[in-house]
Amino acid sequence: MLYRRAGIRHTRYQDERQLWPLPFDKGLVVAIAVLLVIAPFVVGPLYLSSYLLPWIIWSTAALGLNFLMGTAGQIHLGYGAVMAIGAYTAVHLVLAGVPFEIAMIAGGLMSAVIGIIFGAAALRVKGLYLAMATLAMQYIVDFVISHFPAISGGSLASIAVPPVSFLGVPVVGDIRTYFVALIICAIVTLFMLNVQRTSFGRALAAVREKDYAAEVIGVSTFKYKLLAFWTSSFIGGVVGAVLAVCYLRSISPDQFHIELSIQLVAMVIVGGLGSVLGSFFGAGLILFAPIILNNLIGAMASTFGLAISTDLRAHVPLVLYGALIIGFLLWEPLGLAKIYNNFRNYLLVWPFRHAQR
Amino acid sequence: MDYILLTELAINGVFVGLMYALVAVGIVLIYKTSGLANLAQGALAMMGGYATWAVASYFGMPVWGAIPIAIVLMFLVGALIERLALRRMIGQPVIMVIMLTLGLEIMLRGLLPGIFGSAVKRLDLGIPNAPIFLGDFLINRSILIGGTISLAMICVALVFFNSKLGVMMRAVSDDQTASWSVGIRVERAIAIAWGLSSVMATVAGVLWGATQGIDWSLSLLLIKALAIAILGGLDSIPGVLIAGVIVGVAESLASGILDPLVGGGTRDIVASVIILLTLLVKPHGLFGREHIERV
Repeated sequence: MLYRRAGIRHTRYQDERQLWPLPFDKGLVVAIAVLLVIAPFVVGPLYLSSYLLPWIIWSTAALGLNFLMGTAGQIHLGYGAVMAIGAYTAVHLVLAGVPFEIAMIAGGLMSAVIGIIFGAAALRVKGLYLAMATLAMQYIVDFVISHFPAISGGSLASIAVPPVSFLGVPVVGDIRTYFVALIICAIVTLFMLNVQRTSFGRALAAVREKDYAAEVIGVSTFKYKLLAFWTSSFIGGVVGAVLAVCYLRSISPDQFHIELSIQLVAMVIVGGLGSVLGSFFGAGLILFAPIILNNLIGAMASTFGLAISTDLRAHVPLVLYGALIIGFLLWEPLGLAKIYNNFRNYLLVWPFRHAQR
Repeated sequence: MDYILLTELAINGVFVGLMYALVAVGIVLIYKTSGLANLAQGALAMMGGYATWAVASYFGMPVWGAIPIAIVLMFLVGALIERLALRRMIGQPVIMVIMLTLGLEIMLRGLLPGIFGSAVKRLDLGIPNAPIFLGDFLINRSILIGGTISLAMICVALVFFNSKLGVMMRAVSDDQTASWSVGIRVERAIAIAWGLSSVMATVAGVLWGATQGIDWSLSLLLIKALAIAILGGLDSIPGVLIAGVIVGVAESLASGILDPLVGGGTRDIVASVIILLTLLVKPHGLFGREHIERV
């Protein structure tokens, strides 16, 4: 019906390799892009700065983690620490007078360098052991940041981010910060969409599926695992810088604790491993479900006079993250992206349910 | 640094390490039978602590009477987790199953404090607070007793692996398909392993709950237990015993020596450093079996 494939005939290889061959998909992408661009002028500033902006930033972070977990098949439980390194590096450079664009890149590089040290553990071990190595990274980076006053200004201190300008435009107010985050998000999204079509992406897919089989067919597992860690940590560092400058505006060590890493892992799994669209879905669900559920519980408590303790309400997000991870792994391991895909496949051949898609 | 303080730290470290090792034994038990690391082990210890407290306070029982009930309950919980969640994940990649246990960890860490309230719960085992003097050395009594009980439990686990059931579980760990084909019920063996490791976690949760109170921070035992399990080799119980002592002593010494220098908090970082160093230097631990893959 909507996703009509009839009448599409490719006569050139370039046509066949395009990202969105169906006209409806193209229209949808354009529509979403237009909506995202005009959004700040349509929705109120409260919605912009407390819903749309975090969603864009967290989606970018989820994309970075999804690159490592979905595309390269390496597990990472310390992505919050990677973002912390990028955020602190960028903020310190900005404080030292470096332009924000360069500070952001430098933050990414710093994350990549430190991330690759921990990722080096990935060369000798995999799966389970890698999970532990990255978990250890989270704790070590947390410790270093909060215990070296030169970095954090003390464990209870927070560093205010000075006003910066991005490409000559001062980043102040809700709308401009939103556009900075949107630009970074668009770049990362484009990278993620296209990387799976390059030789790099195919090599990573080979490593993901079976690393020694990849080695047999001539893909250097060593090189590509390190490259995957490098790229993903770089994205993480840049997103950390964006998060600090555009959203948090003053950073303290406790903003990058293990909770952030868990949130990101949950986003990737709930959204769908290896799926670009899924990262956006996952970030949306993980960010907003606790808010909605909390409001729902609050509404129920007031309408039906239920006595729901504040303790329970305070722990709703954690329970929800856990339940979502478990639920999706059990019933839909490929996440929300797969659910969307099922729906799309259904409409592709509608009304013929059993036709080949 | 004087010698008496160091020895004292080391002795206390040994017993604390043994108490950590009790959590690590649960991880090893599950790894040995099903080949996956249970990231929910710390949360299970927390759950055991909460279960004991709940039985003791809601039914007005003495703590010592509540412990056996909690142990039975937790065995069932462990077996139930295997039945409801793990069995459906058979055939999925290991990463997915690890993620599942991580999800379980997160959920339990939110659920239990949410239900029972996040205030720290006191669990009084009736151990007097006065420390014991051993010559010149001062030893915390609850840690001494906890460490001894842990040592006993770990020895029981060692003996258990030589019993008929233990041999069955070792067979499952060696080759699931082969043991299935000779008539061992693999699922049941894995369920028993989950139940037993929940029991271990319960005892650990009670011991730690008696020393530091029961709240969500008990689930942080996971990171120490992982350090021990990895250092000892994930499939070796004697390894756990030795690695437990090493981690306990290292942690105690590090916090005694380095804390004044960097302003506290080194205790939490030692386990992470040990994990990382082990993985970089000797990934399969001190006593673990090496799985050799060559290209």
